[in-house]
Amino acid sequence: MNRLTVDIKEKAFNNVDTEVTFTAIKNLQLELSNNEFICIVGPSGCGKTTLLNIIAGLDLNFDGSIQLNDEDNSDIKTSFVFQTPRLLPWRTVLENIQLAHNDEISLSSITDLLRHLGLSDNIYSFPQHLSLGMQRRVALARAFSVPSNILLMDEPFVSLDQPTARKARQLLLNLWQAEPRNVIFVTHDLNEAIELADRVLFLSESPSSVIADIPVDIPREKRNAKAIEIFTAKIQHSHQQLTHLI
Amino acid sequence: MPRSSFINSTLSLGLLLLIWHTTAVLVDSNVLPTPFLVLNTLVDAVNSGELPHHLGITLYRLAISFVLAMLLGTAIGVIMGRYKKTNLFFDSWLIILLNVPALVTIILCYIWFGLVESAAIFAVVINKLPNVIVTIREGAKNLDEELIAMAKVYRFGRLKTLRHVIMPQLYPYVMASARTGLALIWKIVLVVELLGRSDGMGYQIHLFFQLFDITSILAYTVSFIVVIQLIETAILKPLDKQAQRWK
Repeated sequence: MNRLTVDIKEKAFNNVDTEVTFTAIKNLQLELSNNEFICIVGPSGCGKTTLLNIIAGLDLNFDGSIQLNDEDNSDIKTSFVFQTPRLLPWRTVLENIQLAHNDEISLSSITDLLRHLGLSDNIYSFPQHLSLGMQRRVALARAFSVPSNILLMDEPFVSLDQPTARKARQLLLNLWQAEPRNVIFVTHDLNEAIELADRVLFLSESPSSVIADIPVDIPREKRNAKAIEIFTAKIQHSHQQLTHLI
Repeated sequence: MPRSSFINSTLSLGLLLLIWHTTAVLVDSNVLPTPFLVLNTLVDAVNSGELPHHLGITLYRLAISFVLAMLLGTAIGVIMGRYKKTNLFFDSWLIILLNVPALVTIILCYIWFGLVESAAIFAVVINKLPNVIVTIREGAKNLDEELIAMAKVYRFGRLKTLRHVIMPQLYPYVMASARTGLALIWKIVLVVELLGRSDGMGYQIHLFFQLFDITSILAYTVSFIVVIQLIETAILKPLDKQAQRWK
């Protein structure tokens, strides 16, 4: 049993020069429990990345709280897959993953993971010698190899071609099913969100808050293009206020 | 193409020697000795042990002040590059330090601390330090914030972040200031020795100047240029290659 509660009362940016305050997030609440997979959809510039940075602890300057409750009272340990792979170019694939660990990690568990992601020939490669799709898979491997309880993903498959992105999504689901954890996945692509998530959350324009929370009740193996299309139409019908976001 | 570049530099140096030799023969004066004469003097000075002794002492001062200036300069440069307020506050100090003539700092150091070894080293370090700080500060300002955020999320901690995220990005700046630093420092070391030490290359050259021994001055200079070039090719270049292998 675990439950992550995100309650942001306000997050504002102050521009020192112009003294203009921009409120990015206002009264945004969301909850995740028991290793749920949620997708967050919203218009661009609505503060999705800001939200992830707050949850990751990169941005502490906000009004509100982030809490995790579970049996062992463990701390929030996040792993993050960024919009760009953010690998250290001067370290090999293996070193990039090892460095994310603070305890010793066995080589075999990393090589197993990399083999699973189709990267077994590239363990000792430098990231710049890999394609973008491969670099993204390394970033995915890094996020899953560390023992985190929350995985944050910020449009991790953007700028990949369609077949590569589809393959990457399948790999992500496989990894998540093998090693479950709470996932918050930000995307602007509703189809991608419906394909992946247990629930889809819609954010409003900034100052953003959650305007709809829709559970996806189709079993994952049945989420083909057709089913996703029908589901989208259903949302459009039942939630008129979301039409401009879809 | 290592072979053609080797031939190239040999030809170029050969031409320089030829010009030197012809001019010396034409002028036929003891203010410009021929290369052969200089080489003879060089061999004699090496055999007598005098040149190795003074060269050794100068290299020792060079090494100590180089290491001190690089370490201190890198640390201060990183701090000034990362913390805006500190940078704004101390920027004027840096400008003053950059603009004080080397000769003034050397003389002041000797007056304040006496004609001692530590004053000599300190004077050299003070002269080199601001250049290192400025270069490293530039590098520290341009660090990739995305990678630093990544290091934070994955809880790298200070030491790991410094070693694996920050230093590799600063490396080109460190190498650049090491290169220019070496050239600057050995020139300053010579002046420091000339003004207040009784050994080292600077002292010897001063002595030869008073004796009007141009041949020895040139012999010492040649030996020094060779040593500095050796340091460049044997230490700095391989270090550079090693660090760039991921590219």
